[in-house]
Amino acid sequence: MKRKFVDLNLQLPIHDLDKTRKMLEKAHELGYDLVAANLSPDTDDGTITYIKKLCASVGIDFATRVELIPKTRHELLGHLRRLRRKFEVVSVTCVSKVVARQAAKDRRVDLLFFPRLDSRKRFFDSQEAELASNALASLEIRIKPLLLSNGVQRTRLLSYLRKEAVVALNYGVPIVISSEASETWHMRKPRELAVLATLFDLDFPTGLDAVSKFPLSTVKRNREKLKSNFIAPGIRLVKRGKNCH
Amino acid sequence: MNKIWNSLTRLYGEYGASKANLVLIDYKPEEGFAILRCNNNGILMVRAAIAIITQIREAQVAIHVLAISGTIKALRRKLSQTQNV
Repeated sequence: MKRKFVDLNLQLPIHDLDKTRKMLEKAHELGYDLVAANLSPDTDDGTITYIKKLCASVGIDFATRVELIPKTRHELLGHLRRLRRKFEVVSVTCVSKVVARQAAKDRRVDLLFFPRLDSRKRFFDSQEAELASNALASLEIRIKPLLLSNGVQRTRLLSYLRKEAVVALNYGVPIVISSEASETWHMRKPRELAVLATLFDLDFPTGLDAVSKFPLSTVKRNREKLKSNFIAPGIRLVKRGKNCH
Repeated sequence: MNKIWNSLTRLYGEYGASKANLVLIDYKPEEGFAILRCNNNGILMVRAAIAIITQIREAQVAIHVLAISGTIKALRRKLSQTQNV
């Protein structure tokens, strides 16, 4: 069966519809079947509907995504309570250990991202991985910082990513590779993203899963949960009414 | 081609790059298209080196791999099926 490729992090410039269209057309041309765009938490439904229509006209599926950058645990919980049912993918940028631990154990979080280039501020260790594994969260690795850095900075980034990838694999935490592209020249084919994952010692098939199987299962699971007839995993409301037998 | 070699040596060092045995076979600048040959074992290295290029001189670019094949004849056939090259 043909793989479906997913980019869970496109930075679409939604104020510039021409550029948005170009990026979506490029994503289709590169072989993506589904993209998720980072949207602001207060994006109105009209804009989301418009982007979905634009994606449908280009021939690509679209998922809504929100990126949370909370400073405290309470801020994270508040954001999740307010936004979880509005977006199909929820990503948390972990800027402190407390936030990282809470995000990893909360089942409402889909993606964990560690932005800092400082070994003491990258919190994806074995404890974090164990929590994430139980809560079905994935580790997000973004390719844009790898493309735009060079020299020592890139070497250091690759070193951190290598360590985190090993921990994720050991604890069965899915790795999701995304582009974080904000320009068309940041965009790469899915297989190229998988090849770039070999730089931090993921093998090519695992890299392919990180741009197809893992992100796709996250979106599918969340779409199922967001349906009105969903009650719990495996339980759906089939019929509603006074005389239900 | 220099850019690809530079990228390859920066990522894998001179020793690693030498294993790829990279050679330029054909280049059509007007079409923005090139054919490269490398060792079977060096494919992932060359693809990564190509994918990581973001700039050539002042221009911001992305280089994409259109097709990979075991022989140049099969590669040209594959490319002609997907597009007119």
